[in-house]
Amino acid sequence: MLKSRLGGFVFQLIAFLLALGFVSLILLAVGASPFDAYKNMITGSVGSGRKFAEVLVSFVPLLLVTAGLLVTFSAGLWNIGVEGQIVLGAIGTTWVLRQFVESSVSPWLVISLAILGGMIVGAIWASFAGMLKTFGGVNEIFGGLGLNFVATALTLYLIFGPWKRDGVASMSGTEPFPEAFALPQLEGFRISPWALVIALVAVMIVYFILNGTYFGLKIIAVGKNIRAAYLLGIPTWQYSLYSFLICGALAGVAGALQVTAVYYRLIPAISSGYGYLGLMVAMLINYQAIWAVPVALFFAALNIGSIQLPIVMKLDSSLSGVLQGILVLFVLLTEGVRQKIVKKG
Amino acid sequence: MRTILSRLAVMALVLMFVLAACGGQPAATEEAPVAEEAAATEEAPAAAEEAPASAEPFVFGMLLVGPYNDNGWSQAHYEAGKYVEENLGATMLYLDKVNPADRPGTTPDQLAEELVAQGAKLVIFNSDDMKDASTAFAKAHPEVYVIMASGDQVWSDGKAYDEMANLMNIMGRMEYGKMMGGCAAALASETGKIGYLGPLINDETRRLAASAYLGAKYCHEMAGNDPASLEFKVTWIGFWFNIPGVTLDPVQVSNDFYTTGYDVVISGIDNPVNLGEAAKLKGEGKNVAGVAYDYVAACEAAPDVCLGVPYFNWGPEYVKAISSAQDGSWQSQFLWVAPDWADINNVDTSAVGFEKGAALSAEDAALLDGFIAELAGGLNLWTGPINLQDGSAYLADGEVASDQQVWYLPQLLQGMEGLSASE
Repeated sequence: MLKSRLGGFVFQLIAFLLALGFVSLILLAVGASPFDAYKNMITGSVGSGRKFAEVLVSFVPLLLVTAGLLVTFSAGLWNIGVEGQIVLGAIGTTWVLRQFVESSVSPWLVISLAILGGMIVGAIWASFAGMLKTFGGVNEIFGGLGLNFVATALTLYLIFGPWKRDGVASMSGTEPFPEAFALPQLEGFRISPWALVIALVAVMIVYFILNGTYFGLKIIAVGKNIRAAYLLGIPTWQYSLYSFLICGALAGVAGALQVTAVYYRLIPAISSGYGYLGLMVAMLINYQAIWAVPVALFFAALNIGSIQLPIVMKLDSSLSGVLQGILVLFVLLTEGVRQKIVKKG
Repeated sequence: MRTILSRLAVMALVLMFVLAACGGQPAATEEAPVAEEAAATEEAPAAAEEAPASAEPFVFGMLLVGPYNDNGWSQAHYEAGKYVEENLGATMLYLDKVNPADRPGTTPDQLAEELVAQGAKLVIFNSDDMKDASTAFAKAHPEVYVIMASGDQVWSDGKAYDEMANLMNIMGRMEYGKMMGGCAAALASETGKIGYLGPLINDETRRLAASAYLGAKYCHEMAGNDPASLEFKVTWIGFWFNIPGVTLDPVQVSNDFYTTGYDVVISGIDNPVNLGEAAKLKGEGKNVAGVAYDYVAACEAAPDVCLGVPYFNWGPEYVKAISSAQDGSWQSQFLWVAPDWADINNVDTSAVGFEKGAALSAEDAALLDGFIAELAGGLNLWTGPINLQDGSAYLADGEVASDQQVWYLPQLLQGMEGLSASE
C-alpha cells in the first residue's frame, strides 16, 4: 500500500494537513481564527477577477523562474543565484529601454529588444556561476549567493548613481519609463496577457526540452550521475553550463517582465524574492515540469491572498511565506518518512 | 513520487477552490465595489453628490510607508486617521509597511485597490515614495478620492503640475518645525557640531535639512557664538528608514556622528533612532542629545536625551479634506499648511507643532520660546542673502524666498556639509 500511488497520496495529504495544522497553531497562538485567515486568503486571491489578475501578475515571474530552475535541478545543480539572475535581467532590460527613451522607434520593437536584452544579460550572469563551478571549483550555491549580493549592489549603484532621477537620491528607483514602453494590459486589470503567454510558453519549452529531446535527456543524465554520463560520452561540464544559461535566460525574462509589465522602472527589490520562492516551488513539485503551473499558481495565490490579512485581520502578511515554507518542509519530511517505511517494509 | 507530489498540488488547488466556494458570500460582496468602479463616470465629485446621506460610515483607506507604530512619520498619519474616525464618525482601513522591501512584488496602486475593494471611498498615500503610484491610481480610479501627502502633483504653480480632479496634496510647513529643531540643537550643542540624519535626497529633504540649518545658525548666533564656529553636517541613508543591506544603517550613522564630536543629531528620517543611540552613549557618560521628528510623542522613546520634536499634526487637514469628500465640496488642491501661530501645539488647529523634550534646559527652552515667538511674529529665515552650497547666490540681500524657491530648493545651503544630490 505504501508503495502504491494511493499510499503516496495519503502521505502528501498528511503533509498538507500538517502544514495547515502547524500554521493554524501559530494563528491560534496570536489569537486569530485560522478559519477566517484561510477564508480571507482565498477570497483575497480568487474572490474577484481583479484579484485573480493580481495573482497572475505574481504567477508570471514565479513560473518563469521555476521553469528555469527545473533545468538546473535536472542537471543536479542548485542555482541559488537565480535571484541575481532576475535582477540582472531587469538591469539589462532597463538599459535597453533607456537607449530608446528619446527615440521614435516603434515601442513594440523597443519592448521586444528590451526583453531580449534582459534574457541575454540574465543568461550571461548565470554563466558566471556556471563558470565559477566548472573552472573554479566553486560550489554553485556559494557562487550564486555571492553573485546575488553583487547583483543587489550593482542595482543600488545604478539607482543611486548613473541612472538616478534628476536631483534625487532614493532607493525608490529610476525614473518611470513612458507608458508606451509598458506591455499592454487587459482592460481594467493589471495583468499583461503578453507576459502570461511568455511565461506559459517558457514552461512548455522547458517541459519539451526535458521530456522530449535528446538534449534534455543528456542534462538529466548529467544530473543523475555525472560520472556515468561522462563515461557515456556526454560532455558534462558543457551541459552543466547549458543548464545555467537556460535558467539564467528565463530568470532574465522574469526580470524583464518585472520592468516592462509591473514596475515600469528599476527598483532595488525588483526580483521581489521570486527566485527563492521559485526554488521552493521546484522542490515541492520534485522537479517535474508538468506541475510547475498549478503549484506556482497556488504559491502566487498565497502571496496575493495574504495581503488581506493585515487589512482585514491586522495580521502580518508574512504568514503566507510561513505557510509556503512549512508546506515544503512537511512534504520533504513525510517523503523521507515514507521512503524509510518502504525500505523497512 | 512524481504522481504523488503532483496530487498534492492538485489537492491544494481543489481545496482552495472548495473553500473559496464555501466563502462565496464575501466574494460576492467584494465584487460590488469593483462593479461600481467600472460604472462610475469621469466626474469625481458626482459620486458623492448622488450618494444619499446614509447612516453607513464613510470608509477611507490609508497606505503607510512604514509601520503604523514607527514612532514617527507613519504613526503621525495613523493617529490622524484615528482623529478623523473620532471627529467624523468615519472608518479607517489601513495597510502599513507599503514599500518594496516589506511587500515585495506589490505596488502601492495595487494595494490601494485592495482598500477600495474593502469599501474605501478615499485613499491616503502617505509617502513621497508613492507619488507615481498615487498618480497612476488617481487616473485609473476617477471615482475614488485621493490624498497624496507631501506631494505636489496638483500644485498649479509647481514644477510637475498634473490636473486630477480627484487628487489633493497636503503637506505641513515643516520648515518652521525644522527651524525650531535646529534652534534647539544649536542652543544645546557644546561643540557647535550638529549632525543631521538625512533620509533620501530630494526637494523635500533638501529644504527641510536646510531649514534646520537656518534655525540652528540663527540661534547659534543669538546665543552669542561666533557664526563661523557652527558645523552642520548631513548624512543621507538612502531611504526614509533603515532597510538592511540597502540603506546605510541610521544607528551606525548616528553613532559616527556622536563619536566624532557631533553632540547633537537631528533626525530627518521617519523614526527617531538617533535618540536610542544617544541614550546608549549618555549611559556611557557622553554628553549627547538628539532632536526627533514627525510624531508628537517621539521623545518618549528616550526622554532623557531628547531636546524636542517638530511634528506633523495631519488630523485637522484630513478632517477637512474627508468631510469635503463626504459633502461634495471636494476640490482638487495643493495645501501647504502653516502652523497655527496662536498655538502651534493645538491639536485641532495646527498642522505643525513642536514639543519640547526633557533634555532641553530651562534656559534654552526660554530662548527657544523666544525664537518661536519671533517666527510667529513674522520672522522669515528664508530671506537673503542665502547662497547655495556651491557658492552661487540663491536669494539676494533682503530677498524673500517664494514658495517655489523653498519647495524646490536645488541644493543644500552654503555652510552645510553633505551631498546636495547623488554623486
